Amino acid sequence: MSQTSFEDIACPLPITTHPRVLMAHGGGGRLMNQLIDAMFRAIFTEVQPHDGAVMAFPQDKLVMTTDSFVVRPLFFPGGDIGMMAVNGTINDLAMCGAKPLYLSVAFILEEGLEMTTLWRVIQSMRQAADAAGVKIVTGDTKVVERGHGDGIYINTTGIGVLQSEQSINPSQVQLSDAVLISGDIGRHGMAVLMQRENLSFSSPIASDCAPLTRPVMALLEAGIAVHCLRDATRGGLAAVLNEVAAVSGFQIDCSETAIPVDSTVQSLCELLGFDPLQVANEGRFACFVAAKDATQALEILQHFDSRAAQIGSVVDGRPGLVSLQTAIGGSRILDMPSGELLPRIC
Amino acid sequence: MKFVDEFRDAQAAKKYTDAIHNLVTRPWTIMEICGGQTHSIVRFGILDLLPAGINLVHGPGCPVCVTPLETIDKALAIAAKPNVIFCSFGDMLRVPGSHSDLQSIRAAGGDVRIVYSPLDCLAIAQNNPERTVVFFAIGFETTAPGNAMLVKRAEQLGLRNLFVLVSHVLVPPAIEAILSSPQNNVQGFLAAGHVCTIMGMQDYEVLAQKYQVPMVVTGFEPLDILQGLYMCIKQLEQGTVRAENQYSRSVLEQGNHPAQQIIAEVFQVLPRKWRGMGEIPQSGWGLSEKYRAFDAEQHFGLGAMQVNEPPDCISGQVLRGVKKPYECAAFGTRCTPDHPLGATMVSGEGACAAYYKYRREEIT
Repeated sequence: MSQTSFEDIACPLPITTHPRVLMAHGGGGRLMNQLIDAMFRAIFTEVQPHDGAVMAFPQDKLVMTTDSFVVRPLFFPGGDIGMMAVNGTINDLAMCGAKPLYLSVAFILEEGLEMTTLWRVIQSMRQAADAAGVKIVTGDTKVVERGHGDGIYINTTGIGVLQSEQSINPSQVQLSDAVLISGDIGRHGMAVLMQRENLSFSSPIASDCAPLTRPVMALLEAGIAVHCLRDATRGGLAAVLNEVAAVSGFQIDCSETAIPVDSTVQSLCELLGFDPLQVANEGRFACFVAAKDATQALEILQHFDSRAAQIGSVVDGRPGLVSLQTAIGGSRILDMPSGELLPRIC
Repeated sequence: MKFVDEFRDAQAAKKYTDAIHNLVTRPWTIMEICGGQTHSIVRFGILDLLPAGINLVHGPGCPVCVTPLETIDKALAIAAKPNVIFCSFGDMLRVPGSHSDLQSIRAAGGDVRIVYSPLDCLAIAQNNPERTVVFFAIGFETTAPGNAMLVKRAEQLGLRNLFVLVSHVLVPPAIEAILSSPQNNVQGFLAAGHVCTIMGMQDYEVLAQKYQVPMVVTGFEPLDILQGLYMCIKQLEQGTVRAENQYSRSVLEQGNHPAQQIIAEVFQVLPRKWRGMGEIPQSGWGLSEKYRAFDAEQHFGLGAMQVNEPPDCISGQVLRGVKKPYECAAFGTRCTPDHPLGATMVSGEGACAAYYKYRREEIT
């Protein structure tokens, strides 16, 4: 995923009378209508001028999901809150085996937010939506007083159409399934942390934020027996593997050396005392497929990201346990992360 | 990743574990002093690779764990004050005091900030002249030079709104407390590579000779630890006693002289309470007379505060190597990393937390 350069986006800021968001921009009057017409509707051209959107659907099963996005800073190497808000919800649909069709977008803006910042974010959202072939059809805006928000919070709700007859969820995981990861892990969390804490490092880390629909659809179109898909967001790969192990009632064995981690991410994690397996991703998913399809599934994933790898398998052991074979040949429990990642003292 | 992957190589690890298996003729109890080493031992599954007779016990070298309850309570009292910006290393945020922790103080409105370097506090103090900035200066000899540098720079910059809550602890007095205890069963030590990088090895040679116990200054990667264990077991099997240096890529015999100088200028040795172990004479550093004006305890009038440890926690015995984490009735039940009862469960480097995180499967 290449990094978006906002300087490439040519559209000038349409609202020049107010360089910052005012409380009145959420007050239901003229200023709010001006904001919606000049900015949101100018970019989200498929939003219908009414309280809701009427949509056409094929005669299929629908999937619906919702997610809220809070991130500081709003812009980071490899992405921004707008791109995350679109891709995050698209990815939750993809993890159910659904192709995304429509999104709603709800903003909570902080009074004083610079209009140029909002403009960059919504253009980035449009770009991400176009890239994924999804339409933003309805939305909402609220403004909270200065000091009561982090600039922009975004909620997106997505509706998609199920692309597979297979039921794809953790309870479908079967004994001897192969566990695959779609690329290297830990980049998003580290990119955001470095930007937020102003940590300088010789080689920059870009977020992995990306839509996952294409690799998922490719797996399904190839007829791979996909049993479960899970994007490794907060809590990282460690949380995902623990959740799937708990719901499926199987043990999952993984090999530490098989899990792809970029060397810069690894270095920064070593320095700060983080485990890359617990660091958030925004464009990586774990994939549980029938053992017979493992090789083909891996080839498909590697077509999209050469670092995709088989990292383990589902075994008949202690239900809910995730066991990691370490680099030097020992083994340990891969535990559920406790919550906030805190850097270690030494 | 360079300088890491080489030290996590499975084939090289096998060479060392084979050599250790060939060397061992009887059981030995060895203590790794440093929490970072404990963390590596459990994270990389090193216990699986050792002969059954090698009993590794996990020492008191986790600074977060041994910071006394009393000091945590003082930190919480300061951090809850309205005009204070309280700066800390990240993993202190979870450490419970008597009734709360820094995470909860932050959620209740306290301005608690994680810093990656003590020197970050200088800019925070300069940018907030109307507020009082306090840094929680904890750790062993390893973090002391950076913490001392903060105080010295604050003095040079004339900052009057920056204070430090100091709770530094020293490794050699803790080793001496363990070795002089009648319950002691430790026969050899892996000393802490990063502490010795600063302080050098002389104190360890003295301890080795005084108590007739081999000491191997050891690094933190799996191969470092396996090599350190090999060197220590070799001494035990051959009956030799000396301080050896496994971590020679970082540790010099005399240590880091400029670091020692700034420590000597800013700090002075004093008795210190250790969480789980009680007071150990001459085992800590506090601010020297010259820098006493930066003392947060004095500034906030907290010097007299005294707090006792909860009675149902065996962390003191775990820290001295007398008991294993799973020999505690509360381990994994009433005491977990989310609800720690005592020192060794509070940090990821504490022995109980490390066992809970990586090995509870075979214990519970």
